[in-house]
Amino acid sequence: MPKISRKTVVTVLLYVGAVVIAPLFSKAPFYRHVLIMVGLYGLLGVAWNIMGGYTGLYSFGQSAFFGIGAYTSTMMLVKAGVSPWIGMLCGGILAAIVAAGVAYPTSRLRGPYFTIASQAFARTFQILMTNWDYVEGAIGIPLPLMPDTWRFMQFKDKIPYHIIIFSLLGIAILVCYYIERSRTGYYFRAIRDSEQVASALGINTVRQRIIAAMLSAFFTAIAGTFYAQYVLYIDPESVTHHALSIEIVMVAAVGGAGTIWGPVLGAAILMPISQYARAALGGAGRGIDLIIYGVIIMVIALVRPTGILGFFQRERTIEGEGGDDVDTTITAGTGSDDAVRGALGQS
Amino acid sequence: MLVNVGLVQALMSGLLMGFVYSLIALGLSLIYGVMDVVNFAHGEFLMLGMFLAYWFSVLFRLDPLIAIFIIIPVLFLVGVGIYKGLIKRILNGTRISQILTTFGLSVFMANMAMFLWTPNYRLAERHLTSTTGDLSIFGVYLGVPELIASVGSILVFAFAYYLIRFTRTGRAIQATSIDSEGARLVGINIDNIYAITFGLGISCVGAAGVLLATFYYIFPYVGTFFSMIAFATVALGGFGSVEGSFVAGILIGIIESLGGFFISPAVKYAIVFMTYMVVIILRPATGLFGW
Repeated sequence: MPKISRKTVVTVLLYVGAVVIAPLFSKAPFYRHVLIMVGLYGLLGVAWNIMGGYTGLYSFGQSAFFGIGAYTSTMMLVKAGVSPWIGMLCGGILAAIVAAGVAYPTSRLRGPYFTIASQAFARTFQILMTNWDYVEGAIGIPLPLMPDTWRFMQFKDKIPYHIIIFSLLGIAILVCYYIERSRTGYYFRAIRDSEQVASALGINTVRQRIIAAMLSAFFTAIAGTFYAQYVLYIDPESVTHHALSIEIVMVAAVGGAGTIWGPVLGAAILMPISQYARAALGGAGRGIDLIIYGVIIMVIALVRPTGILGFFQRERTIEGEGGDDVDTTITAGTGSDDAVRGALGQS
Repeated sequence: MLVNVGLVQALMSGLLMGFVYSLIALGLSLIYGVMDVVNFAHGEFLMLGMFLAYWFSVLFRLDPLIAIFIIIPVLFLVGVGIYKGLIKRILNGTRISQILTTFGLSVFMANMAMFLWTPNYRLAERHLTSTTGDLSIFGVYLGVPELIASVGSILVFAFAYYLIRFTRTGRAIQATSIDSEGARLVGINIDNIYAITFGLGISCVGAAGVLLATFYYIFPYVGTFFSMIAFATVALGGFGSVEGSFVAGILIGIIESLGGFFISPAVKYAIVFMTYMVVIILRPATGLFGW
């Protein structure tokens, strides 16, 4: 366990301060809604980042885990009256189990192959959910309206939602801080920099990839439960749609994958654009936010693939498909060595 | 007996669709094989081909089967332009910048189409042949538009195959795909070859779009779905393999329609994607026919 430094304390205080002050600028429900969206996508981006940023597995199928979270808590609430808080935990655990089940067979896939496989998985999941009658298929499930209680996580006001989502985001960020400093974090980054070298050093890459996938899926599912409680209606189109996976990747990639605050920054930039564009242009401007996203992501990928917060320069060795990548990692020096040495030094 | 007719029916319609899938996959496989870039915007060029066919049919009253002769060169130029402006810059980039760039392009194109042409479902106007109509052969009904689309796909595929295998430029493309440094050494202009390859790949998938437009609904997000089908096909046939794409396209078409026949039409694409997952897990990167 890393020691709690002064920097950590200051960071925590700044975060809490920003979260408390942000909603006070305006009483407008729409403004507060945008803030909640920033928190929600920040959480999703941070969750994606555990896989994409640290471990180098670019999942384009996170919507499936979001859907698992939303559906698990909602089904438990509708069928058995279980509190969504318990449902949230169950959804997270279920998503982590499913993620392990997917991560194991796909553990040999790298680069674009992994990306395509994750996409295929999420699409299969959406088709299955759309055709599963027990969860009402394409019709979707409206959540039963409850009085304003913390027990059932339903509020008329937006402030409690604000508190909940930013607390969850805070927890996810703390977990990332912990990962960055722990041995697991070094393993993850070693795999990202070169899976072959990592494996040659004795790191069980399959196990580490599964751990990363499970952590990522857990937080994504938690965000799914929150979404269900916030919107109070779910269907496969809204909680398992491919577009959601895309937005998650965008948020993390724009802000800076592989950094703790990058995805949060990405959400803080992209969510206001999309929410205000949608509100201002309405039906006529359908898709305009995604046009802007598309341009932003192309420009960033071309000019600075490291995202706004900056990525590590040695990303080049990520793919690791050919045999020559052992060379590159070793000659590349500084960067990869750092992660590799960390993994060595601590094991 | 009835079941048998139904089965043959499913096989035949799967086969017809399969030829179209082959053509879509050829473009993706070609670009990957030569340039080592996975084009995540592949389906969006299919969408572009469909919309071009639609606008030609509505504005100039040209049947898609005539317009295709205009659209293929147009898309070739579009492909060359996108190569020069975008793809060229990421060839030596990182994997993630390649994924994100082509991916950003796909998001941009799909939503631009949404913005310009609304999310409405459209059908191209036909002038040469009727939009519907079945041909009955031994009790098996084949839709005339599907038949035309698959024959058209085979012709375009054959033409592309001829270009790649039997022309000078085609040999240069093959040489580049095998060893780009070696090709450069013997005096091949790699940059031109990449531009031609990308243009060729885009016109293949665009041609498939035009042929699909004769019977399939046209809408801005149609591409994202066909992208997945194309990935599945190419994974099955082996990334970079021309012949593999052809066989795998037919297989995917048949798997899809048999899945629809034996299980349920609603989940037929889930079966295609699961097949794909199994193949990519068992034989990553090489597919069924790779080596």
